[in-house]
Amino acid sequence: MPPLVMALMSILIGVTGCVGYVYFSNLVLDRVIFPASGQTCARNIGRANLVRPWLFLFPALAGSMLYLVFPFAGAFWRSLFDREGDAFIGFANYRALGADHVFQGALANSLLWVLVVPAAATCLGLIAARLTDRLRWANLARAAIFMPVTMSLVGAALIWKFVYANDADIGLLNAIRATLGAAGPLDVLQIPVWNSFFLMAVLIWTQTGFAMVILSAALRAIPREIIEAAIMDGADATQIFLRIEVPQIKGTITVVWTLVTILVLKVFDLVYAMTGGNFGTQVLPGFMMGVMFRDDGRASAVAMVLMILVLPILAWNIGQARKGGD
Amino acid sequence: MRVRARHPLRACRAANIAVLVLALVWFIPTLGLLVSSFRERDQILASGWWQAPLAAERTFRVRADAGAAVTEGGRHVIAGNVFANDADAAMPGRVKAFGVSSRAPAAFGTGLRADLVGGGSLSVGADGHYRLESPRAFGESAPTIYVRATMPPRFSLDNYRRVLADDVMVRPFVNTLAVTIPATVLPTVIAAFAAYALAWMEFRGRGFLIAASAGLLVVPLQLAFVPLLKLHQGLGIGQGLVGIWLAHTGFGLPLAVYLLHRAMAGVPRDIIDCARMDGASEVQIFSRIVLPLTYPALAGCATLQFVWVWNDLLVAKVFLPPADGVRVMTVAITDDLLGSHGGDWGMLAAAAFISMALPLLVFFILQRCLLRGLLSKAPEWR
Repeated sequence: MPPLVMALMSILIGVTGCVGYVYFSNLVLDRVIFPASGQTCARNIGRANLVRPWLFLFPALAGSMLYLVFPFAGAFWRSLFDREGDAFIGFANYRALGADHVFQGALANSLLWVLVVPAAATCLGLIAARLTDRLRWANLARAAIFMPVTMSLVGAALIWKFVYANDADIGLLNAIRATLGAAGPLDVLQIPVWNSFFLMAVLIWTQTGFAMVILSAALRAIPREIIEAAIMDGADATQIFLRIEVPQIKGTITVVWTLVTILVLKVFDLVYAMTGGNFGTQVLPGFMMGVMFRDDGRASAVAMVLMILVLPILAWNIGQARKGGD
Repeated sequence: MRVRARHPLRACRAANIAVLVLALVWFIPTLGLLVSSFRERDQILASGWWQAPLAAERTFRVRADAGAAVTEGGRHVIAGNVFANDADAAMPGRVKAFGVSSRAPAAFGTGLRADLVGGGSLSVGADGHYRLESPRAFGESAPTIYVRATMPPRFSLDNYRRVLADDVMVRPFVNTLAVTIPATVLPTVIAAFAAYALAWMEFRGRGFLIAASAGLLVVPLQLAFVPLLKLHQGLGIGQGLVGIWLAHTGFGLPLAVYLLHRAMAGVPRDIIDCARMDGASEVQIFSRIVLPLTYPALAGCATLQFVWVWNDLLVAKVFLPPADGVRVMTVAITDDLLGSHGGDWGMLAAAAFISMALPLLVFFILQRCLLRGLLSKAPEWR
């Protein structure tokens, strides 16, 4: 069967299955199990309403249990076993990782990525959103900044090879250096430590537009009266921005920050396509892909470390959801 | 009466300049790839893309056509043009210098005569016409002519033609579609039901589930790869389309639930209460009221998931078999093009643009929806 036909079939089956499931399960609940008639009518309605939410939740619950919660537990369990998965070795995988210099480098890089990229992309996006807000040619500027959002990181990596390339006839950066009279081409992807920042620049480049679009819509949703009142009170543009607008859209900033962070955790693509993880640019996802299929215990341990890295963001998000959830 | 000399929020010149710089910095790298995708391989290597509209200087060699040799007054003569291969070019190149050996490929200026090693001479004109003369027959091996010439800028669709014709990209394109569409639709539908329950149904553990959906958002996918591959193999799905659909569906759920819950919670309570008073069932409220009202959010959520899956390399590398048949575009570009065609920048650029086209289109069509989806007024933030 051609893949596209298969895809359409699967949509048909999946969607009708899901919709049919919710419809019929509700029908069965109301007509057969707890019929809203007879002597126990009132009690039945109450009972049916106790069960109903779980009918709606079941597919998503099952999906995320199977694909996120169970693997999470499974990965932790697996990380306590050796390469073949036969012998229980406790935390030996973690100890081995701790002694591994490549891992240490990847861990340091990943930390750097998670700290720098979401912060930079959100800040730049916020600045871009604020600055383009009252420009006449705002749409043009926004389109330019937004375009990289739709690219795959592989495509972005390719684009930036034309900037970073070692050859002054291909790489824009080296061409500029040559024009300024610098001696010899410089391979920015091979300068220790700084090369990671050059890679991060690519991801920031792709994510700023995303942050900008969402944040600028949030900025425009701030009630005009608040801003006008601040102006009447003599606030200048900087004060309005920092003291009024930014606090007003804090929730949106959290969402953007979180979404960019999720992407950073997958950043394997970019590094893989640009340096292959060489020259000390390896990040944890890439390191993990390297050991995966060879030593699943070790790979699972790396995944757990990755999980620990995002715990603060996780706690922050849960806190946000709790505040507004109930 | 208010007297305002100047609205403090009006864009000043500094803002204009700052935005201009920002927009240029963001646009120029893409422009580079776009220009390069229309250039030929040797042009890309010979000069930077920013010089593409200018003539580029290139050194190349041409083997004289021994078959065209004629005898004129006892001497053997070959006449021809060094640009013969570029005959279809709108503007011919200009020869600056020529030579007879690779060590000195530009030893002679145009119009001069260069002596050949075995006797005889060569002259090349600025327009590319050359004339080889020798007292002896050239035989099988005619001499090689080295030329340094300025070549006019040339743009062509060759790269795109090659990428599409070689089947390098067509199949991966179809495969990517086949992976992406179900992986977009399924999680959105499933999440919509769950989001409705979380937003508008009272039950125990609701607060916990809302918090959990936000928490699952940041669980690294990598965590799931090893156990899930095992599970898929155990279920007999193995690596393949079904597996990657399920994987993307599972991974996409938390984000979809998170966004849709925000959107659905923003539906005014009065509407829902009225419908309940009128005896509408939950299924009816969901399908007739909440779903139509949150349609933009659904579309926005789907857009995000679409672009995400379309551009994904990591999940595809793990859940699809490494064989040729079902490779998606990101994998094809990284492995195939970056690997075996490494250095064929023009072809890479064209491939990248083909892979970019669809998400860009989807994004610009559904941009409004996307914003509504991400900005819908949830109770906790505006």
